[in-house]
Amino acid sequence: MRVTSPVIGVLALQGDVREHLAALAAAGAEARQVRRPEELAAVDGLVIPGGESTTISKLADAFGLFEPLRARVRAGMPTYGSCAGMIMLADKILDPRSGQETVGGIDMIVRRNAFGRQNESFEAAVEVAGVPGGPVDGVFIRAPWVESLGAGARSVAAFEGRTVAVRQGNLLATAFHPELTGDHRVHAMFADMVRAAV
Amino acid sequence: MSTSPSNAQTPETGTARVKRGMAEQLKGGVIMDVVTPEQARIAEDAGAVAVMALERVPADIRKDGGVARMSDPDMIDGIIEAVSIPVMAKSRIGHLVEAQVLQALGVDYIDESEVLTPADEVNHTDKWSFTTPFVCGATNLGEALRRISEGAAMIRSKGEAGTGNVVEAVRHLRQIKGDIARLRGLDNHELYAAAKELRASHELVKEVAELGKLPVVLFSAGGVATPADAALMRQLGAEGVFVGSGIFKSGDPARRAAAIVKATTFFDDPKVVADVSRGLGEAMVGINIDVLPEGERYASRGW
Repeated sequence: MRVTSPVIGVLALQGDVREHLAALAAAGAEARQVRRPEELAAVDGLVIPGGESTTISKLADAFGLFEPLRARVRAGMPTYGSCAGMIMLADKILDPRSGQETVGGIDMIVRRNAFGRQNESFEAAVEVAGVPGGPVDGVFIRAPWVESLGAGARSVAAFEGRTVAVRQGNLLATAFHPELTGDHRVHAMFADMVRAAV
Repeated sequence: MSTSPSNAQTPETGTARVKRGMAEQLKGGVIMDVVTPEQARIAEDAGAVAVMALERVPADIRKDGGVARMSDPDMIDGIIEAVSIPVMAKSRIGHLVEAQVLQALGVDYIDESEVLTPADEVNHTDKWSFTTPFVCGATNLGEALRRISEGAAMIRSKGEAGTGNVVEAVRHLRQIKGDIARLRGLDNHELYAAAKELRASHELVKEVAELGKLPVVLFSAGGVATPADAALMRQLGAEGVFVGSGIFKSGDPARRAAAIVKATTFFDDPKVVADVSRGLGEAMVGINIDVLPEGERYASRGW
């Protein structure tokens, strides 16, 4: 029985790793970077951060992380992906670049950069089911959306009719970036998912 | 500037959080100069987080001379079409219309760059008035803070573009990091005089002193040619690197580009840097800075 705070890794190949580490620490977790299979083996839960999904995918492939990631996710490790992380947790990408793989786990198809280029990137209030205290500030940066959801997955937030956050078992994905806002409620919800699983 | 949470029911574009947040997504990555859609695809396949669309890489701007301007819109369109990663492009310092054109073309970031010939010797562009975020070069903290006060959402240390020589990149990054470290040692009373010395606002200087870093992402640029160069800049505190001429002026661009991406992520693991440095073919030739006449040093453009 673990009595200390859960250890949550942040996949640190590329992206806004520091912001996720800070948000997890603020949510009471012990947060650390994960770049290698042996580091992945030592965490109770994992965040796949925002970043460039093609870059993260290529680095995960080059450094032998895909199989260990898939094995842990299949075995029920709580995992949260924001933006690029959402893409990495999708079973399917609508418009993948050649050779772009995902870890998968969430029965959904995502469309990359669905909300447009940087000029169309925006902030808006978003209600997330399971996050108490009113809407979160949704920061959408060249953000994906969920094109279609399979039977096992559940939409937990929508914006303008598009699914922008999803839960499936111990997996959570958001198209937006709570880590950029200083509001740690989404990370607190994820830390609770990890605590419940260990 | 406002960085308070938005409670808007309608989406709000171009906020400081959205502009700066975009740069946060690039961290730990490599942004590569490209001059054709084909090069852009090579960069994307190698794992670049973004490409910088240019008509000529800095090494060729140096060689050719003349006035260096914003790239041709058709060429920028072609690169935007070719890749799914963000596309940046350069405007001349103070050339607000080039910046407006780049925004209209839909580029994801504008680099108000000393590599192009300055259009205004007094004023930089008012970057707050754009939806598209800007990155600007700096050689020291004061310069970085002046660009941030004009609205820059990302800073890169300047280095000396098109030389393949990392010495100026190191000098400028060390200068910025050293300036920040010195602020950390000052008390509240001293920060006013420090702001005056840095020719920057007291508010920004105080913010940097408290954070121990810039309020925006800091990359390094200007002279990176090898995986070890990229890892060096990361160890010195750059959050990512721009690579200009170093990739497509080398013997095997695809391989070198992928190697620099890997070394940027595993910058603190010499075994990885060693492995990726094998068999890359010839690096770009490079120029010694001390043989560059003062007038050909890009880093002294902008103020």
